[in-house]
Amino acid sequence: MSSAALIDLLQLILLTVTTVVVMVVAGFKRDHGLVNALTQCGLVAALFVFVFIEPTTPLQVTPLLIFDEYSLFFANLSIIGGIGVSAMAYPYFEKHHQYNEEFYLLVLCGTLGGVVMAASNHFVSFFIGMELVSISLYALIAYPLHSTRPAKAPLEAAVKYLIMSGIASAVLLFGMALVYAMAGSFEFRALAAATSSVEAGYQPVILVGYLLMLAGVAFKLSLVPFHMWTPDVYEGAPLPVTAFLATVSKAGMIAVSMRLLLNAQAFNFGEITVVLSLLAAASMLFGNLLALMQSNIKRMLAYSSIAHLGYLLVVVIAAAAVPDLLSVEGMSYYMAAYFLMSLGGFAVVSALSTADKELDHLLDFQGLFWRNPWLAAVMITVLLSLAGIPLTAGFIGKFYIFTTGVEGQLWFLLTMLIIGSAIGLYYYLRLIYTMLQDPNPALRDDPAKQSLPAGLNLVMAAMVLAILYLGVYPTPFIETLQSLAGAF
Amino acid sequence: MILVWLMVILFAGGVGAWLAESSGAEHPRAVALAALLLDLFLVVLMLVAPDSMGLGAVDTVAQLGQRGDWLVLFQSDWIPRFGVSFIFGVDGLGLMLVALTVFLGLMALGAAWGEIHERSGFFYFNLLWTLAGVIGVFTALDLFLFFFFWEIMLIPMYFIIAIWGHENKEYAAMKFFIFTQVSGLLMLLSILLLVYFHYTSTNVLTFSYFQLLGTQLPASLGYWVMLGFFIAFATKLPAVPVHNWLPDAHSQAPTAGSVILAGVLLKTGAYGLIRFTIPLFPDASAQFAPIAMTLGAISILYTAKVAFGQSDLKRLIAYTSVSHMGFVLLGVYAWNAQALQGAVMTMLAHGFSAAALFMLAGGLQHRIHTRDMDQMGGFWGVAPQMAFMAMFFTVAAVGMPGLGNFVGEFLVLLGSFQVNHTITAFAALGLVVAAVYSLIVIQKVFFGKNRHNHRMADLSGMEFLCFSLMMIGLIWMGMYPQTMLDMAQPTLESLNVAFNP
Repeated sequence: MSSAALIDLLQLILLTVTTVVVMVVAGFKRDHGLVNALTQCGLVAALFVFVFIEPTTPLQVTPLLIFDEYSLFFANLSIIGGIGVSAMAYPYFEKHHQYNEEFYLLVLCGTLGGVVMAASNHFVSFFIGMELVSISLYALIAYPLHSTRPAKAPLEAAVKYLIMSGIASAVLLFGMALVYAMAGSFEFRALAAATSSVEAGYQPVILVGYLLMLAGVAFKLSLVPFHMWTPDVYEGAPLPVTAFLATVSKAGMIAVSMRLLLNAQAFNFGEITVVLSLLAAASMLFGNLLALMQSNIKRMLAYSSIAHLGYLLVVVIAAAAVPDLLSVEGMSYYMAAYFLMSLGGFAVVSALSTADKELDHLLDFQGLFWRNPWLAAVMITVLLSLAGIPLTAGFIGKFYIFTTGVEGQLWFLLTMLIIGSAIGLYYYLRLIYTMLQDPNPALRDDPAKQSLPAGLNLVMAAMVLAILYLGVYPTPFIETLQSLAGAF
Repeated sequence: MILVWLMVILFAGGVGAWLAESSGAEHPRAVALAALLLDLFLVVLMLVAPDSMGLGAVDTVAQLGQRGDWLVLFQSDWIPRFGVSFIFGVDGLGLMLVALTVFLGLMALGAAWGEIHERSGFFYFNLLWTLAGVIGVFTALDLFLFFFFWEIMLIPMYFIIAIWGHENKEYAAMKFFIFTQVSGLLMLLSILLLVYFHYTSTNVLTFSYFQLLGTQLPASLGYWVMLGFFIAFATKLPAVPVHNWLPDAHSQAPTAGSVILAGVLLKTGAYGLIRFTIPLFPDASAQFAPIAMTLGAISILYTAKVAFGQSDLKRLIAYTSVSHMGFVLLGVYAWNAQALQGAVMTMLAHGFSAAALFMLAGGLQHRIHTRDMDQMGGFWGVAPQMAFMAMFFTVAAVGMPGLGNFVGEFLVLLGSFQVNHTITAFAALGLVVAAVYSLIVIQKVFFGKNRHNHRMADLSGMEFLCFSLMMIGLIWMGMYPQTMLDMAQPTLESLNVAFNP
């Protein structure tokens, strides 16, 4: 293995080393603070190592992984997600004196899975990365299992996720097997040539293979109608895990799916575009409609994330019709913006909660602006960004979606986008309004009044500043994304 | 640069006002006053001595290859990837609207001076940021930038209604936001379609207004794209049938909020029609003109009738605002010299008269804690100064010759008569109905008996000052409108594209 390959692998190596170190330290001495600090250090180190990596020349390391700007971008996103989740987890689990250290191990494994998926170029690494994330999640979702009063119903959520995710992974694997049977190769780029050379009678087999893979991917991305697990699992899982679910698992999945679709030229099959359009339209519509009824913030954010993945899918579909790589740029931008918004939103809810009592109901937020202006300001910025209001990254993201939609002439999807956004406005504004109302005078021991650890404040500040910066002056970031898309 | 300074001062002033609350409850309004006075000074400077703005403006103007008589212009790159840049410019029309904004901002401040004591820092923050957003809308000449400010002026206004509003504020604020936001999304779609077609035909990706003028859109698509713009501006104007948000928003907003809503925000819709919809899509607009003029006439008459039936004073005045803006819609789509001048004059005069009427209604509500006219009566004896002001501004809203509204409405009717006799005849009935709904207010509120024996303070010094200034403004517009007509004339000439209805 050349030194260049080793340098490219540095992020993966550092993450693995951190995992092992954390495991060993936890084995000798159970200390929540120490383990959290080690995890954070390892993750931050893995993040900053990217300055040494030279992604401008894509490098294929083993047939499984490719390191280029695209994989670096999504790997960094996954690691930032891991940092955010660890920062949230510390105050959340602080008072919960039961085996907190394994949490960080699982988060590190999950982040590792995200990085592998980002760099994946091959069915095997796709599956390995995906399963790393999923299996970590099985345990993470069930986390405060031995607590005397768990906040929600984590075991129920974990079992739901375990069974449904297992089925989805099996379906995905079946799809991969069918494609391999026809194409004779696991590598994404080899599939393009293979698809066209397969005899006409066997084309449907490849198509079915792709569709089965899409079904598995749609499950992980919680697109309608594969979304049924999302609200229950988001609500039942502890807040830091919900944040992890909403960000890292989705980022890796969409990164590898986009690479698969474009490298394998799957859009040559018109049916795939049709199916994706239906998924997108249904997600945008039903995600927003179902969120209207929710008074639990976690469920509301779950449905809103379904809608946002629907919006994102419009950009992916445009890749079929748009000759230039605007869609890859748009997808990357939107994913980054979505990351910031989700992490910020869940961080605020997590700041108000502990493992024994989660404050995730709409009424818990009443008057938050007057009780703790900082938390409310973060939440308002996040909500405005989710709604797509200018001055925020969410607006530029929406702008990208509209632009790619117009270029790809996807009128039906754009109409759905407008309808979905209109519906979405209502529940975002309702939460903002609740925060602006007068606080409930009967409130005792207000969790909003306690001081937060510096790590969590730092994460929230970073999210808010990033959202505002990307909304007002996105040019430098856009230039990075342009070269990223060009490398494709 | 001065245009950017106008907005920066307001943005910074808003932040300053919010922070000033911690040092004293009365400090925020002083900070806000200082920021607005500074802006007023800059605006007066532009009105009186535009050449002093520097030769930079003239050079930039030449570079952009635009047409029209631009007084001040500023340009800089923003997102080159999409061809988006900062382009701020004012011509006569824009400058008058900016002046209206700053002036009414001061009036709103005067209205809030004695009324807003709770969380006043955040209130003035929102007020100043709304005004800054509106100035951005009136000066932006890059379509992306225009849309940016179009959305920005919504959020602080939403906060104003949602926090300091009256009993039904949540519903009103939500409706206001959703109506404007959804129509804004339609406008975004239209903007992107226009830019995309410009790109496919000229291979230049740009959002600049000047470069997009004259884009040739295929006929059927051009109609739909124009509609996207029209719906957005008609919702803001507002025109029947998308006017539904206005009565709730106006009656539930605090007085200062209503002043800004009625006086300034509605004019952004009219400005958008004059500046963007018609010049960018002359053929589609010519085709659409009869429908738009009919909608204008319907607005005038229907909302006047509904206004007459109201018992809530502020709701009545809100409906009359829609009625007056119907005149503006009528005048804009008649698109000849007189009708357009009339539309501009109506915009300015209505800004003053509606703002004053809302201040009166708000002042009444502050004193007797009700907006229900059935609870009022006989106030001429109790508060004669207020009654006098009410009489004056009501008479102005009716369209009495000698005051600004008459000039505007007369010119609109004169201009639209040349285009379509029937619609103008119906619209002219609006003058009659205006008298009806205005005088019923005076009758119910100020004449008659004071059955409920209300006692209240007459106008305070601040209120008297505000009303006097607005009175002077209306008399100036009514007696010597040439000042305003001269300012608007170059703009209207340059906009007079080949549009023959």
